[in-house]
Amino acid sequence: MENKEYTAKDFSSDQEVRWCPGCGDYSILKQVQSVMPLIGVPKENIVFVSGIGCSSRFPYYMETFGMHSIHGRATAIASGLKAARPDLSVWIITGDGDSLSIGGNHLIHLLRRNFDTNILLFNNQIYGLTKGQYSPTSEKGKKTKSTPMGSIDHPFNPLALCIGADATFVARSMDREPKHMREMLIRSNDHKGTSLLEIYQNCNVFNDGAFFGMTDKATKLNQTLFLENKRPLVFGENEHKGIRLDGFKPEIVSLNDFSLDDLWVHDESDRVKAGLLTRFFDIDFPRPFGVFYSKNKPTYEDALIKQIDEAVKDKGKGNLDDLIKGSNTWTIQ
Amino acid sequence: MTQETVEKVVIFFAGDSGDGIQLTGSQFTNTAALHGNDLSTFPDFPAEIRAPQGTLAGVSGFQISFGSTEIFTPGDECDVLVVMNVAALKANLKRLKTGGTIVVNSDGFDRRNLRLAGYENDENPLLDNSLTNFRVIEINVTKLTRECLLDVNLGVKEKDRCKNMFVLGFVYWMYNRSLDHTINFLTQKFKNKSDVLDANIRALKAGYNFANTCEISSSRFEVKPAKMTSGKYRNIMGNQATAIGLIAASKQSSLDLFYGSYPITPASDILHELSKHKNFGVRSFQAEDEIAAISACIGASFGGLFGVTATSGPGVALKGEAIGLAFMLELPLLIVNVQRGGPSTGLPTKTEQSDLLQAVYGRNGEAPVPVVSASTPSDCFESVMEACRIAIEHMTPVFFLSDGYIANGAEPWLYPHSKNLKKISVPMTKVNNSNYLPYKRDKKFVREWAIPGMPGLEHRVGGLEKENLTGNVSYDSSNHEFMVKTRAKKVDEIANYIPKQELDAGSKNAQVLVLAWGSTYGAIKTAVKELLNEGYSVAHAHLRYIHPFPKNLGSLIRKHDKILIPEINNGQLIKLIRDKYLVDAIPMNKIQGIPFEAREIKNRIIELHDGE
Repeated sequence: MENKEYTAKDFSSDQEVRWCPGCGDYSILKQVQSVMPLIGVPKENIVFVSGIGCSSRFPYYMETFGMHSIHGRATAIASGLKAARPDLSVWIITGDGDSLSIGGNHLIHLLRRNFDTNILLFNNQIYGLTKGQYSPTSEKGKKTKSTPMGSIDHPFNPLALCIGADATFVARSMDREPKHMREMLIRSNDHKGTSLLEIYQNCNVFNDGAFFGMTDKATKLNQTLFLENKRPLVFGENEHKGIRLDGFKPEIVSLNDFSLDDLWVHDESDRVKAGLLTRFFDIDFPRPFGVFYSKNKPTYEDALIKQIDEAVKDKGKGNLDDLIKGSNTWTIQ
Repeated sequence: MTQETVEKVVIFFAGDSGDGIQLTGSQFTNTAALHGNDLSTFPDFPAEIRAPQGTLAGVSGFQISFGSTEIFTPGDECDVLVVMNVAALKANLKRLKTGGTIVVNSDGFDRRNLRLAGYENDENPLLDNSLTNFRVIEINVTKLTRECLLDVNLGVKEKDRCKNMFVLGFVYWMYNRSLDHTINFLTQKFKNKSDVLDANIRALKAGYNFANTCEISSSRFEVKPAKMTSGKYRNIMGNQATAIGLIAASKQSSLDLFYGSYPITPASDILHELSKHKNFGVRSFQAEDEIAAISACIGASFGGLFGVTATSGPGVALKGEAIGLAFMLELPLLIVNVQRGGPSTGLPTKTEQSDLLQAVYGRNGEAPVPVVSASTPSDCFESVMEACRIAIEHMTPVFFLSDGYIANGAEPWLYPHSKNLKKISVPMTKVNNSNYLPYKRDKKFVREWAIPGMPGLEHRVGGLEKENLTGNVSYDSSNHEFMVKTRAKKVDEIANYIPKQELDAGSKNAQVLVLAWGSTYGAIKTAVKELLNEGYSVAHAHLRYIHPFPKNLGSLIRKHDKILIPEINNGQLIKLIRDKYLVDAIPMNKIQGIPFEAREIKNRIIELHDGE
């Protein structure tokens, strides 16, 4: 149900956008604004909630309701908002520091509760707003202002973490793939339950080229794998390579030696295989993009409202005087 | 057998934390209330759920004062001490007045119990004449309970769980009480466990009949109903009154209640109570931590519901940043702090008033938050409604301070009819308000509320400093100063919308003014009442509104020569009073995890009155 009255421009606020020139955030903002007219929700019913960080300035630029909150808590604030107002379309804008470091706890609890909200996790593998410290997704050995001898932290694998927290929708896209991102935004919106879309986003000031291999013409076909449901996993120049499963062990094979029928066929509803895909996280395998996993499960807010309706049905609508009075009273003359 | 009429009795029930002491105490309380006595109670339990049996650390206690006169505190000294074992006696004998009665389960004085309580070499307080100043009634409660349940099909452990009912029956006989209320209660509680129900009722009746027939208890006491204001009463605990007050505020404002909370002693009972009342539209949410609890409330308030979170001191510390956000957004929000002993984890099950300065000041930046406090268990109802009213009508987070003593204490409540409750008006803007500006203010400095779903009123709010009127992000230096001052003025302005401070007792020129807040109310009220009867020039003012103070507080306190400020902390209200009014008030502090006794306050007032 496309809302014909809106164009992308209707979702652009009067505030000047203040990210660094060349920042990947511009592309994400543009794709979100262009997708909003397609989701069929009146804009007064859309809320963008963010935490702290470069990405979290996002709500100021959207002509919808919005809240720029505090570090790491957008997920928790959005949970309360959705519990209060299930009728709203709630979008959470967060970064790798905001959602996986200071807000890690709220992220996993939002995922397990499955509020029908959309999380856009801008992952640039660096702390930008505080000017260049390593983040929980920075690779080991990363040299930054706070790690001059290289970071000794093992990084999070965000999508593996989310699958582990029983997320019901997990997907990945990137700033340099606008068409794919729009498609993923629509899929996120359409999912009833919490959708987690990780977006690789280049920070051209503090971590330029973090995803270079996945965006550069010379390497990207070999380093990326675009997932499509019910289709075999194929990648590489001229799509000459594929992924085959030997039991639960994935391996890269040449289509000179194997046919398409031998390959792993992607199934968005298979949680175990989605888990394997999230582990395509080192240089041996191409990095997957697309919907890893999607499964319908009851949402928290529906269950909450159901309990309230049941309580009203069982006990009748609450009577304040009966509550104040309680079950044992006496009268003094 | 004699029957004596007494005006007031204080009983202390004590035993192992698994002995069902709290249940025994609350049953005695409800029965006394239904009998028409005025009363006040105070439970005293260890932090461990089941501390090692038989040890001093594991003793759980429950104090009740009831009488035919007005009762404002659970009492100083006890008239009767009921102990289930030797540890309970050892831990609480100091509470008993000379000549008082001890009802003893002598089966709890075997060698093992004596050793666990620290008695060596066959020492036994029942045998060594150490209790000669008291009247001791020894009963083999364990043995007698088992005997009366001989043919009941339950294990020994389950039978022994009925010991508390035997003792309760005994004490009911001593005070000439009906068993009906407790039998009704048990019937409800064990409606699906007929064996357990039967055993409990049998033990209760056996205890009552044992007292009636045995010779060890020769006297019976009558405590007549109290002369109280006429009307309808119920018995109520503080946390219960808080929960009901929150629902009442939700009704009076027509805003659904969103209650986000993380379990913490002694605030969890509010969560339990509210979770039972979903048919009032209450959305209760047990969050993953304290920060998520308040954050979810902020989200709910942004969505147009009324967000309320409750916790205790350590939880407030975690919520600090989010309170600052709510303050900056100017959304209605209530933070309930049921205070306990601090700092850090402190004394979770003990009472203290040591989070006042945390409530008033505990945030980064200039972030004044209104503070309202309750003085007694039943006062929680009206006080929390006032706190909600301020939060909603003035679009601000508000602190409501209770404490462990009020939260778990109980008293009779002359409950109101809902039609007499204040309405709360919500500063919601009109749909289609084409001139809406998120941070435009009315004469109270309050902004208008626009919520998602209102077409054309889309706007963004956030924790960054905002431009006056529009709410857009602003780094302008003079705008920042203007906004800081404006937000402070908005909170100060609340003083024009709360009642003036009145004296609770005494005259406005009395020599000594006792100025206090929170749960010290009962002890001060008792002390001042007695002193007024004895002719002392003393007055008592008790604050409900601490930030901002009532407008007339300065002129009220300056009329007195001496201002005494008793607090269960190291001196916090006194700092605020000295700071605001430049008066040399006199502190009185107790930091032992227990409330003041009336006599302590009384003695201090006399010292001040007569010159130190």
